[in-house]
Formats: sequence, C-alpha cells, structure tokens
Amino acid sequence: MDALTLARWQFGITTVYHFIFVPLTIGLSTLVAIMQTLWVRSGKTEWLRLTKYFGKLLLINFAIGVATGIVQEFQFGMNWSEYSRFVGDIFGAPLAMEALAAFFIESTFLGLWIFGWDKLPKRVHLATIWLVAGSTTLSAFFILSANSWMQHPVGATFNPATGRAEMHDLGAVVTNPTVLAAFPHTIAAAFLTAGTFVAAVCTLWMVRLVRRGDTDRARAVYRPGLRLGLVAIVISGIVVAGSGHWQAQLMFRQQPMKMAAAEGLVNTETRVPLSLLTVGSLNNDPASVQHLVQIPCLTSILADNTCNSTLKGVADLQKQYEQKYGTGVDYIPNLAVTYWSFRLMMAFAAFAALLALMTLWLTRKGRVSDNVWLRPVAIAALPTIFLASSAGWIFTEMGRQPWVVAPNPNPEGADMVWQLTMRGVSTQVSAGSVVTSLVLFTLLYGVLAVAWYRLMRRYVAGGVDDAGLGADTPADGGEGTTTDVDRPLSFAY
Amino acid sequence: MSHETLQILWFVLIAVLWTGYLVLEGFDFGVGMLLPFLPRDERERRVMINTVGPVWDGNEVWLLTAGGATFAAFPEWYATLFSGAYLPLLLILLALIARVVSFEWRGKISTPRWQRSFYWGLVLGSWVPAVLWGVAFGNLVAGLKISPVTSTVSNPGAAQDITRTTLQYTGGFFDLLSAGHGFALLTGVLTATVFLAHGAIFLSLKTAGDLQSRAAVLAKRLSLGALGVGAVWAIWLQLAFSRNAWTWAALVLAALALAAAAWFAWVGAHGRAFAASAVAIVAAVVLIFGAMFPDVMPSTIDPAYSLTIHNASSSAYTLTMMSWVALILTPLVLAYQAWTYWVFRKRIGVHHIPEQVDVTFENAPSLR
Ligand code: HDD
Ligand code: HEM
Ligand code: HEM
Repeated sequence: MDALTLARWQFGITTVYHFIFVPLTIGLSTLVAIMQTLWVRSGKTEWLRLTKYFGKLLLINFAIGVATGIVQEFQFGMNWSEYSRFVGDIFGAPLAMEALAAFFIESTFLGLWIFGWDKLPKRVHLATIWLVAGSTTLSAFFILSANSWMQHPVGATFNPATGRAEMHDLGAVVTNPTVLAAFPHTIAAAFLTAGTFVAAVCTLWMVRLVRRGDTDRARAVYRPGLRLGLVAIVISGIVVAGSGHWQAQLMFRQQPMKMAAAEGLVNTETRVPLSLLTVGSLNNDPASVQHLVQIPCLTSILADNTCNSTLKGVADLQKQYEQKYGTGVDYIPNLAVTYWSFRLMMAFAAFAALLALMTLWLTRKGRVSDNVWLRPVAIAALPTIFLASSAGWIFTEMGRQPWVVAPNPNPEGADMVWQLTMRGVSTQVSAGSVVTSLVLFTLLYGVLAVAWYRLMRRYVAGGVDDAGLGADTPADGGEGTTTDVDRPLSFAY
Repeated sequence: MSHETLQILWFVLIAVLWTGYLVLEGFDFGVGMLLPFLPRDERERRVMINTVGPVWDGNEVWLLTAGGATFAAFPEWYATLFSGAYLPLLLILLALIARVVSFEWRGKISTPRWQRSFYWGLVLGSWVPAVLWGVAFGNLVAGLKISPVTSTVSNPGAAQDITRTTLQYTGGFFDLLSAGHGFALLTGVLTATVFLAHGAIFLSLKTAGDLQSRAAVLAKRLSLGALGVGAVWAIWLQLAFSRNAWTWAALVLAALALAAAAWFAWVGAHGRAFAASAVAIVAAVVLIFGAMFPDVMPSTIDPAYSLTIHNASSSAYTLTMMSWVALILTPLVLAYQAWTYWVFRKRIGVHHIPEQVDVTFENAPSLR
C-alpha cells in the first residue's frame, strides 16, 4: 500500500476510535451534572449515589477520550501536512480556539470536581461539573466548525500567490450552515448515546434487584436513573431526527454527490424513493447497482420536503464535475460504504428506541419490572448506540471523498478553495513510517480497548456504592469542613 | 497592527504556551519519573500520584494549545515540523497516551498485574516525552536539514499543472538524533535533569512525613545536577547557535535561577526553590526561542531555506482574529488555573490516602 492509503487508514482508525468514547463523555457529563443538581436541590441520597456511580464511569471513559484526542491534535501535521499548509489559515483557528476556550476549562474543572468533593462548598462543587459539561459541548462546536468547513468551505478565498486558501471572514466559518446543522445532530447523538447508556445500566440493575425480591431498592435507586435516561433518549431522539433531516437538505444542495451515493442513485430521477436494500458489485461500478426494497418518495422528501424534487445521479454528476474540476479523477465516493453507513447510522438506534418504548410502559407510575425481554434489549442497545455515531461519521467522511476539502458548489464557477485527498497527504513521510505508526497506534488502541471494557464492566457490575456516603459528602462551607486536614481524600487516584 | 508585528506577537505567544507547558508539566513529568526511585510502598506511590492528580490534565492542555496555535498562526511550521519529526513525535504521542490513561485507571482495579502495567505507563510515559521534547528543541536550535520541495497541487487531469514549492525536512530519523553534533541529545539530558529536579522540589513542597524528607534530599542532589548540565548546555547554545546577542541576558538569568534553586533546596526553603526552578525553565525557553528568532526552523543546508516567522505564517486577518481570541481567553485561563493550585495548596501525606478505591463488590460480583 502507498503512503496515501496507509495515512487514510490511520486517520480513519484513530478518529473513529476517538469518537467511540467522545459521545459518552459529552452526554454523560451533562447527565451527571443533572444528577448532582437533583441531589443538591432535593437532598435525596439516591441522586448522590447515582452521581458517584455514573461519575466513576464518566472518568474511566474520559481518560481514553483525552488520550486519543492528543493524537488528533497532531496528526494533521504528521500525515496531512500538505492539507495543513493549504488550510492552516482557516482550519487552525477553530482548533486553537477549541484548546484555549474549551479544553482548558474542561481539564481544570474536572480536576476540581474529582478532588474537590471535600474541599469546595457544595454549590461551587456543583458548578465545576456544569463547567465540565458545558466545555465538552463547546469543544464539539469548534471541532465541528473545522470539519464543516471541509464539507462546505466558506469565508475563504484562494490566493494564487501563496497557493493557499486564506480566511477573510471568521464569522462565516463559525456560522457555516453546515455546522449549525451538524452541531445539534452530533450533540443530540451524544445525548442519545449517554441516555441509552444510563437507561440500559439502570434497567439491568432494576431487573436484577426485582428478581432478587429487592423491589424497594430497585425503585428507590435505579428507577429514577432509568427515568432520567429515558427523558434524555426521547428528547435527543427527536432532535437527532429533526437535525438529520436538516442536514440532508443541506447535503442535497452542498454535496449532491454524497446524497446520490447515499441512495445508490445512478441516474438522475424525480420522485426518488428511499431504498432499504440494494445490491451491487463492490468495485464501485454504478452499472451494477440494483435496488430491491424501496419506500416511495421518501428520499425526495428528505432532500427537499417535496415528493417532486429531482436528484441528480452519480453518473451525471461525474460528467458535471469533470467539466468543472477537470478529468482524470473518479469523483464518485465508495457507493457501498456510503449507502450502508447511512442506513446503519439510523438502524443502530433501533434497540435504544425499543428499550425506551418498553421501559416507558413497564416503569409507568412508579412501577418496577423484571420483564424477561428487558435484559436482552438493554444489552443489545449498549454497543449498537455507540456504533450509530461511528456509522454517521464514516458516512459523512467517506461520502466526501475524493475530496479532503469538498468544493463549495457556488454558481460563479470553481473558486479553487478545494483540495483532493491525494494532494493533502504529507510528501516527506515514507510509507514505512506510516506503517510503523499505523501498527503501533492500532496495537496500543487495541490494548486500551480491552482495558476500557474491563473497567467499564467491572464498575457497572459493582453497582452504586453505599459505603462512605457520609464521609464523602462535600463540604457545606459550614464549620468543621475544611479544618479537618487529616481526613482521607474522598476521590483519590 | 502590521503583519510583521502580528508575526512577532504570535512567535512570542507560542513561546509563552511552551513555557506554560514545560513549567507545569515539567513537575508532573518529574513526579512520574521519580516513581521508581522515591516511594517505599504503594501508599507512598499514591501520595506522589495524588500530588499532581488534580492538575496534570490542565497542565497538558498547554501543549495542545501550543499545537493548535502553531497550526493557526504558522501553518508551514506546524506542517514541516510534525511531518519532519514524524517518528520521534509518534513516540511522544504513544507515551502521552499511556500516561493519561495510567493516571486515571491505575488505581481503579487493585490486582498487582493491573497496577504494575499502569505503573509502567506512568513511568515511561513521563520519561520518554521528558527526554524527547528536549531533543526536539535541540534540533530547532541547532537547525535541521530543510530544503525546498516542489509538489503538484492541481488535479491529475488538469490542463495545466499548478505546482507549489514548500520548505520541508529532507533528512532522516538519525539526523534528528545527531543534530548539532550532540547538542540535541544534550538538550534531552537537560530537560530530563531539570524536570527531575523540578519534580523533586515540588514533592518536597507538597508531601509530608518521611516521604517529604527523602524528596528533600533528592531535590538537593538533582538541583545541583541540573545546574551543572544547564551551565554546559547554555554556553554551548549561546556560542554555537544563537543568532542574537541579547540572549546572553536570558542565559545569565537561567544560570542564576538554577543556582538559586539549588541553594534554596539545600537550605530547605522549598517554596522559593520551586519558584526559582520555574524561573529557570522560563529563562531556558526564552533562550531557545530567542536564539532562533526570527527563524522558526533554521535550515542547516542553506540559510535561505530556513522557515521564518515571515514565510511560515498565516494571513494578517487570521493573526488579527486569533490575537483577539487569545487576548480575551488567556487571562481567564491563568486565573482559574491559579485558583486550582490555591484550592489544592495543602501538603498530602500517607494518612490522606483512603484504604481502597477498587469498586466494592458487596452488591454483586457480576450482573449475571
Ligand atoms: C476537523 C476535521 C475532522 C473531523 C472533526 C473529523 N474528521 Fe474525519 N477526516 C478528516 C478530518 C476530520 C480529514 C483530515 O480530512 C480526513 C483524512 C483524510 C481525508 O480524506 O479526510 C478524514 C478522514 C476520515 C475517515 C477516512 C476516510 C477515508 O480515508 O476515506 C474516516 C473514517 C473519518 N474521517 C471519520 C471521522 C470521525 C469518526 C470523526 C469524528 C470524530 C471525524 N472523522 C471527524
Ligand atoms: C479530528 C478532529 C479532532 C481533533 C483534532 C480532536 C482533538 C482532541 C484533543 C486534543 C482532545 C484531548 C483534550 C484534553 O486533553 O482534554 C480531545 C478530546 C475530546 N474531543 Fe476531540 N478531536 C477531534 C474530533 C472530535 C469531535 C468531532 C468531537 C465532538 C463532536 C470531539 C470532542 C471531544 C471531547 C468531548 C473531548 C473530551 C475528552 C473525551 O472525549 O473524553 N473531538 N479531542
Ligand atoms: C432520523 C434519523 C437520522 C437522520 C435523518 C440522519 C441524517 C444524517 C445526515 C444527513 C448526516 C450527514 C451530514 C453530512 O454529511 O453533511 C448525518 C451524520 C451523522 N449522524 Fe445522523 N441521522 C439520523 C440518525 C442518527 C443517529 C441515531 C445517530 C447516532 C446516535 C446519528 C449520528 C450521526 C453522526 C455522529 C453524524 C456525523 C456528524 C455530522 O455530520 O453531523 N444520526 N446524519
């Protein structure tokens, strides 16, 4: 394999890996903040227990998100140095702002939250977790505006003298319609992931306790957690679908090729159905595509809110792109990958939806349940919801190929603010170097995945902690709190 | 502001970010590097780890910000540096990954095998970057094999090829190690010794009891070592590589600060020793960046091929926008990070370490 292919594999593996943990961190930090707020407001120890329980799981997950994020910050320079030269004027700005505005708050206040239980007044301590939650969300905004610029470059012009894209409007970069749609979609997906996680874990414990005859504890501790997770699933599920529809409309105008690839649409059509099952050869030959199961009109509605909209097919778009951007390039993204990742993104949320429907009914009006179907559905919902986001990203990024910066289809003609992926790769990094890093990253990430899984499983199985709740209570700012210097740390490494 | 003023401003800002990183992460690297040498048992080990527990992540973000700021302000520097130093950077990244998860995960399962693995994650994760960052800075000061490279930027089938010439690293991995006839390697030794001393002084300031007295003894010896290596390194740098005479001032300041750190460590004034060793690191960064200025990556092949603040920077518009962002946010960051250090100002001893942090299994061994 050449350095380009290897670099693409490496970027795909490390970034998808990073993003397995990121949604849980974003969503769970806010859910934990809500739990702690409920405890501070009501004084009910169940919420304190849940805060600490999910707080530990959040920390386990947070560590791996941070560790894999460090690679992200540097690999544009390492493997995509020509890309970095070309876009640095625009793309570097949100990355720097993400670090300065979000990562600093996140890391500093997380330290305060972990170690501040017995050092800070209750409300100040509560504020630290809200700051963590807010800044994880903010960091997502900045990185998504960077990514959205690659999908739909705005606020920049090509400077022939330097051969680089140069920014002339930062405001346009951070209000790019693409990021305004991608941000709610990604954040809602993160809340869907975390809500499903909380609901599924609480469901497993509820079923277990009810079977053991301990319905009081199931009702007192795990049912409230389950209901909180359910609220998160329902609200974020609606936002995910709504913002996804909005994204599809933008994609129809901004990246018609991606839209056509997502549907396996070869020729231009009106009243386009949404196909559910399509087969074709895997070597990206448009002629081999055969649609088997379809829902009439749905794609046209997704794209433009009317059944009568016309979608261009990949074959026509290829001709159009050759005229505009030059011949000799296959402008059609991998059809099988885009088609299936788009569908899997939605399909992977099915178990979460099923879990939500079942538990909404089974735990209505203060009930708890040990229905035999709850356990398998909860267990299926856990891994699939993580895969849904991965599929979404794989679709977004693979559908953009062969571009690393997709051209903005402005009517005035080609503006040169675009770059083919093959032109973005580092020219001075040998295939041997990339193989070395690819193998080492993959091995290390593999080991970490095993460790992460062991830890999560162990701490989920441990259940909420009853020991030491008294001693762990944060200081009220009253007497006898901070003077007690010899007391053990409540949350120590 | 003129484009040139902005370029100087951002060169200074990036130096400031690296200073923040090396001063702060410097002591938590030192603590990790001392893990095999100082503690007598698991409790003391945990005391050491907990002295940096609340702050190591915030310290590390200085590095990420330096990386992001370089990308935004000097894209050509970012691109040439990180693609050129590919393999050393890879090693640093692997080490940092291991270090981050080790902090958070080591204590979460109390089997010996688990703890031993993450213990090594912390130790190697601290030693490897401590040495390699030094080697990297040694390369920047001594210069690298940089030459012009022409590449095509237009489409393969375009009517007429558009090409672009950029300044890129064209040497190999071993050229990076041998840069400056050993100067780069000496810089690696320097950062390792300075961080060890910085960490030992930090521990004498932050721990209590027996561990504290042993840390204080180590701080004396290590700060003398740092003074010795620092003197040789600084004079070599100034005589062989500096492009500016005024960096003598930074050199003198660094030397005085290292001497002061050693002196205060000997008399047991650990607060002052820590301040002095922080000043020494600041002065060393000023020396490094001052010696390069206005180059950001000097070429040893031909000075005309050097990357400078002028030919590596982004447009005036980007620099102006980013200056506003930095102007507003940096004071805030400094304020809340300072507050964190204030909240966790107390010494920690073995009596602060709770018995057990593994999950309690009284509820259930598993969900089955
Ligand atoms: C800020 C920019 C940015 C962001 C937020 C993301 N990506 Fe991306 N992605 C790129 C910037 C990028 C890139 C640098 O542009 C790549 C590298 C090669 C390429 O063509 O695009 C890319 C490629 C790329 C590929 C491989 C595509 C290929 O080589 O054919 C995958 C699977 C992903 N990305 C997945 C993700 C995931 C899971 C992300 C969520 C965190 C993600 N991307 C966010
Ligand atoms: C490819 C581009 C990306 C880069 C360069 C990048 C960079 C980073 C870095 C350097 C960190 C570590 C920060 C720390 O130490 O606190 C990090 C963590 C994080 N990133 Fe990314 N990231 C990328 C993609 C994304 C995306 C797309 C999102 C969200 C939509 C995201 C959200 C987060 C969050 C929430 C964290 C906090 C730590 C955690 O996940 O547990 N990142 N990222
Ligand atoms: C009705 C359901 C959904 C629709 C219509 C929808 C639509 C879309 C579209 C059109 C994109 C591509 C945007 C682009 O490339 O420009 C996208 C991306 C994405 N989707 Fe979905 N989606 C749905 C459900 C989900 C679910 C359930 C999840 C995960 C829990 C999810 C996670 C993502 C992610 C992470 C991305 C990539 C980030 C982005 O571009 O915003 N989506 N979605």
